[in-house]
Amino acid sequence: MMSSVANRYPLHLRALIYGFILLWVLMAAFPFFWTLWGSFKVELDFFSIANWTNAITGQNTFNTYGSSFTDTGYLGAWIQEEFWRSAINTSIVCFFVVCTSLTIGTLGGYALSRSGYRYTFWLLITALIFRAMPPITLVSGYLLPFFEWNLWGILPTTIIVLVAINQPFTLWMLHSFFQSIPKELDESAKVDGCSQFQAFRFVIIPVMWPGVITTGLFSFLLAYNDFAVTSMLLSDENRTMVPKIAAFLGTTYTEGNVMFAVAAVVSATAPLFILVMFFQRRIVSGLTAGAVKG
Amino acid sequence: MLLFIAFPLVSVVLQSVHTPHEAVLVTVETCGPFGCSQETAIDQDATSALRTSEPLGRFVGFDIYLDRAHLAVGEVKEAWAVADNWDGFFDAIGNLPFYRAMAFTLTFTFTVTPILIIFGLMIALGVNALSEKIKGVVIFVSLLPMIVTPLIGSLILFWMIDSRGILGNAIQWLAADPDLSLKASTILTWVMLIVYGVWHSAPFAFVVFYAGLQTLPMDQIESARIDGASRWQQVRYVIVPHLMPLITFVALIQLMDNFRVFEPIVGFNAEAHATSLSWIIFNDLGGETRQLSAAATSSMLTIFGVAILLSPVLWRTWQDFKGKS
Repeated sequence: MMSSVANRYPLHLRALIYGFILLWVLMAAFPFFWTLWGSFKVELDFFSIANWTNAITGQNTFNTYGSSFTDTGYLGAWIQEEFWRSAINTSIVCFFVVCTSLTIGTLGGYALSRSGYRYTFWLLITALIFRAMPPITLVSGYLLPFFEWNLWGILPTTIIVLVAINQPFTLWMLHSFFQSIPKELDESAKVDGCSQFQAFRFVIIPVMWPGVITTGLFSFLLAYNDFAVTSMLLSDENRTMVPKIAAFLGTTYTEGNVMFAVAAVVSATAPLFILVMFFQRRIVSGLTAGAVKG
Repeated sequence: MLLFIAFPLVSVVLQSVHTPHEAVLVTVETCGPFGCSQETAIDQDATSALRTSEPLGRFVGFDIYLDRAHLAVGEVKEAWAVADNWDGFFDAIGNLPFYRAMAFTLTFTFTVTPILIIFGLMIALGVNALSEKIKGVVIFVSLLPMIVTPLIGSLILFWMIDSRGILGNAIQWLAADPDLSLKASTILTWVMLIVYGVWHSAPFAFVVFYAGLQTLPMDQIESARIDGASRWQQVRYVIVPHLMPLITFVALIQLMDNFRVFEPIVGFNAEAHATSLSWIIFNDLGGETRQLSAAATSSMLTIFGVAILLSPVLWRTWQDFKGKS
């Protein structure tokens, strides 16, 4: 496509483009590498007043531990502050949120895409409005009943709330995905003698995985990244990773505590890195699916 | 969905018109050797009995909406009466929590959204011109700021921008002012939050626009070039109109998302200089005194704001729908 001579970019334009992209890549990636590098240092190096090159060479780390790298931040965060507990909580919450919202979303989205009634439009518009509301506005609505029924602070209720907040989005996305599957597919199945449910089971389920995986990824991100809901609805020992990191910073300032937070931040970012690496194509297609249809 | 979202909404509405019961007071007469004295004490039993029987509290109507922490009608009126010019009026209003938060939220929403659209478009055009080999890597890196947890992303930037961190150091060096701290000044804090907002959301705009660029009508571009359009004119008159629906879409989504800005304020520790509506709600809910009704009222006002923001879109969708049926 770009091979024709007329399409080729003049040198100065190409330099400009490469320069700009390089700048952007630096902006996007540098903070992560910097924090990863710094997480193996002591606080005096990570925040160096004397000389900023200390953060690279790890002068103070070397003076303290005899090596330029140290894992004290990680040990402190994971073992001393019991970050592993939050990691387990996060995986429980993420797993159940993704499973539940996908089950409801698949069935609901399929039903909505195949029914031609007026109310589908209204249901989807309501879903859009709910999607627009900040999740935290709903939290105060949940808090009082949860206090009254003594359900506050435990994981299952948080999972339910996250599923509820996530549901409009899942429904919306799977609805548009199912609409892209031609109706003829299940109609022909029905002509061959399948019931509605059988048509769904044997015809739609085998072809729906790309859409379901994409939606599942975004549900996972929502559950993983949530701070407002989890920090409000979970008691201290049931905290997930993100509120736990916030709590590291909130406790009284002691030497090294910040490094716990830095190590925890790096640990919590690592799964997201891996996720993007494997599912880059899915994430991109998911982001654009809603957009291209308008 | 209806059960779990509509029901809490009702609960929010109910809570926003109630306030906790006042303590039940009893007057007790204690008589000592030096005569009797009357004391007013809180009747703990009666108070707790009343509170458990009606957990919502007493009905106060729209009082909470109008009090100082929210719409502050009384204070605004007073400021209007006292202030002799606009500056004084805005100064007085800027001290009221709700309007302070509103000012930041609106500024944030309406600066971040246009900047990130332009920025995202530039990245998309740039990446589109790259060779195939490095495209994949660049897209991978570009996704990172968006995928990472907002709180974590803002913390990472916050540590770098700290006066002892690398960016903070660099800025001090550039400004030749060793005491410069981004956290101390309101304007710089706002700029910092806005930069973070663009950093966080530009990838989204980039990905959407990049996908749009793949469907670019090549024949139109070619005919534009034959007609003598420069590169800039091709972008301005062919590519941007082609992407217009996507730009609207991104603008809509980002308006909604930026309106509920919350995590960066916690991450950047910027409560002193910038608060947002979501942050007010969070603050009311947290802490020892969980002010449920105050939070519920703020929630209602926020939802109202979102509704106003969304109303043009909803109106258009409704028109489309009517046109179809």
